[in-house]
Amino acid sequence: MIPELGHYALVLALALGLIQATVPMIGARGRDAALMRLASSTASMQFVFVALSFAALTICYVTSDFSVANVYENSHSQMPLIYKFTSTWGNHEGSMLLWVLILSLFGAMVAQFGGNLPETLKANVLGVQSWIACAFYLFILLTSNPFLRLAQAPLEGRDLNPILQDIGLAIHPPLLYLGYVGFSIAFSFAIAALIEGRIDAAWARWVRPWTLAAWMCLTVGIAMGSYWAYYELGWGGFWFWDPVENASLMPWLAGTALLHSAVVMEKRNALKIWTLLLAILAFSLSLIGTFLVRSGVLTSVHTFASDPARGVFILMILVLFIGGALTLFAWRAPMLKQGGLFAPISREGALVFNNLFLTTACLTVFVGTLYPLALEAFTNEKISVGAPFFNLTFAPLFIPLMFAMPFGPLLAWKRGDVLGVAQRLMAAMGAGLIAIAVTFVLMGMSSVLAPFGIGLALFVMAGALTDLAERTGLFRLPLATVRMRAAGLPRSTWGTAVAHFGIAMTLFGIVCQTWASERIVALKATQTVAIAGYDLTFDGMVQHTGPNFRELAAKFTVRSGGVPIGIMEPSKRSFASRGSSTTEAALLTRGVSQLYLSLGDSNDDGSIAVRLYHKPMVLLIWLGSVVMMLGGGLSLSDRRLRIGAPKPATKSALQPAE
Amino acid sequence: MTRKQRRLILIGSSLGVLAIAAALVLSALRDSIVFFNSPTDIAEKHPAAGTRMRVGGLVKPGTLQRGESLQIRFDVTDGKSDIAVRYQGIVPDLFREGQGVVAEGKLDGGGIFIADTVLAKHDERYMPREVVDALKKTGRWQEGEDTVGKAK
Repeated sequence: MIPELGHYALVLALALGLIQATVPMIGARGRDAALMRLASSTASMQFVFVALSFAALTICYVTSDFSVANVYENSHSQMPLIYKFTSTWGNHEGSMLLWVLILSLFGAMVAQFGGNLPETLKANVLGVQSWIACAFYLFILLTSNPFLRLAQAPLEGRDLNPILQDIGLAIHPPLLYLGYVGFSIAFSFAIAALIEGRIDAAWARWVRPWTLAAWMCLTVGIAMGSYWAYYELGWGGFWFWDPVENASLMPWLAGTALLHSAVVMEKRNALKIWTLLLAILAFSLSLIGTFLVRSGVLTSVHTFASDPARGVFILMILVLFIGGALTLFAWRAPMLKQGGLFAPISREGALVFNNLFLTTACLTVFVGTLYPLALEAFTNEKISVGAPFFNLTFAPLFIPLMFAMPFGPLLAWKRGDVLGVAQRLMAAMGAGLIAIAVTFVLMGMSSVLAPFGIGLALFVMAGALTDLAERTGLFRLPLATVRMRAAGLPRSTWGTAVAHFGIAMTLFGIVCQTWASERIVALKATQTVAIAGYDLTFDGMVQHTGPNFRELAAKFTVRSGGVPIGIMEPSKRSFASRGSSTTEAALLTRGVSQLYLSLGDSNDDGSIAVRLYHKPMVLLIWLGSVVMMLGGGLSLSDRRLRIGAPKPATKSALQPAE
Repeated sequence: MTRKQRRLILIGSSLGVLAIAAALVLSALRDSIVFFNSPTDIAEKHPAAGTRMRVGGLVKPGTLQRGESLQIRFDVTDGKSDIAVRYQGIVPDLFREGQGVVAEGKLDGGGIFIADTVLAKHDERYMPREVVDALKKTGRWQEGEDTVGKAK
């Protein structure tokens, strides 16, 4: 009964969605308040029904109802409860249901918190949002129904892919989807603005909090995916430039550009058309990401199952929304009013610089990701584009971007003085130069480029602090005044500094991996292997039994200078239900550095192959993303976003909607 | 500065950055991409030794040998031709005889493929797509035995 209810709730959500996609927009055209108001209630109800549907599937998973095909394929009665719960979205159908759940959640939130939006804009935004929702409801109902029953219920399920039986599945996909789908709001706002033919600074202020929230989730979502891959796949790498990873990086780059250009639009009423385009692109790239991951074009851990019908359906959604949006943009954008003027050297100029480099970097990732697919489609030649390509293209574009980062917030709006700013950044530059020198002294000439990376990271960190120090008058004014000024600073200023500091932390962590050390050895019991000042002694093998797996672990005692500091137990788990096994790496954290140990095969002579890494400062890579998210949160709590935008000036209200 | 001049500066600098990016992309595409070959491709085309490439197929049963210090040797086959592969290191969990594999590395002078990366399937239900295509070419793949786990 429960699966049928879930199925039915989803159909009802579709029916509501179809109403919401048409009626309020007709209302907005004829200025009919009653029709427009309908959007708020349908948006909330859509969320309720999708949530019911999702809850139904969750219940099927938690109660191990194997009469549902989807549960049979992806669950097992012996699995721990947390994995039964998370396996709801650890498969194609369920993950699409999570997708629409989040989509409808955002719709309901706009309905709930969008009280200060003009009525026509709100109606149009919710209308567009509902088109997207309907497309995906149809996709689920027609090609990926999670509620299909099996004629005869099997006694036991086929179990979840062991790689996914991890706490990462509880965190990474929901956060990533919150980010992906969150950009749909910016997209809907952009389309609504194009339909109304009107856009102003207030629009940017309404879009910004949604974009910011989506960006925060996406940032941490990507980082958590990266950490998960790092400890689960056993290769010790944190980013593989895998097409699926790139698919999430592209919306992040476009979204980051959007955040910055929306600032220009809000404060200076400039870059309007560009901001609209970015809003469309950010979500389009999210859709492309969904297509790449879900259509089976690529094979990876993320591809749960491939079915050509699904690929074609998502491709149709893609063409319809991206093509439609860009056509509307090409037709309507030239009619929008021109924005304000600014000199090339100014805060606006710096933000344009940021946008230019971010979008170009995004473009290179796009080319690197899609070129192999295009080449194969046209010439049948198979190639792989990997890290070397991206190191040669993406990195050179990111370096100037990072270097310019501290300058931006210190430049004045409209007309800036780059020499004055450089002067104020003297201390930060000094910090960077000292860092370069110190790194060369400590690390020698093992890498010529890496010390400059460290210097750059420190320069950006110090630059972020300089910005705060300048604004609060630290070191110039009495401490009491500084404290007062600090309290008076807008939260968004704090947010900028914190987020910039965060990306510098990530950069620092990445650069430090130049000095990571790796050893691959075969060890017998009681033998010791040394790495980066640590000695690891292999004590022997231990057997464990988990709820649905058997585990063979190798016990290692870690010593530093002869003193035991911890025990590491990397293991191999074998899952009888699927006849498959996973390698579980062991991690030992020292400060923000880690020792990483993963097992290979055991040999006939009783020795076991191990792969051992020392990863200096590696945790900074992911901690940086958390700091970026905190920065986003600070900015989101800014007063001007909380109290909402002022009513648009009467001048623009008088413009005809056409 | 007039609006026109400002716009020219903006467009000029955008084109400049794009041109740099295009140059980077083109040079990187020339130097850093890796072509995929089946054992038959290698047997027929005789690619120059030292070129980076990927080779994929099935690990030929009975050819897997393990040596000292994590050396392994095995043959990759697509049913028509074989190629010997040498690798030092730890192979993925699902690497075994008779299973699909993709190796990345270079041919040495003697026609042996020296791999520095070995990829196997992520899951027992999947087969690397390149391998499927390579096997299809030699007719060793029947659509029926589709291991790409299809949810009903």
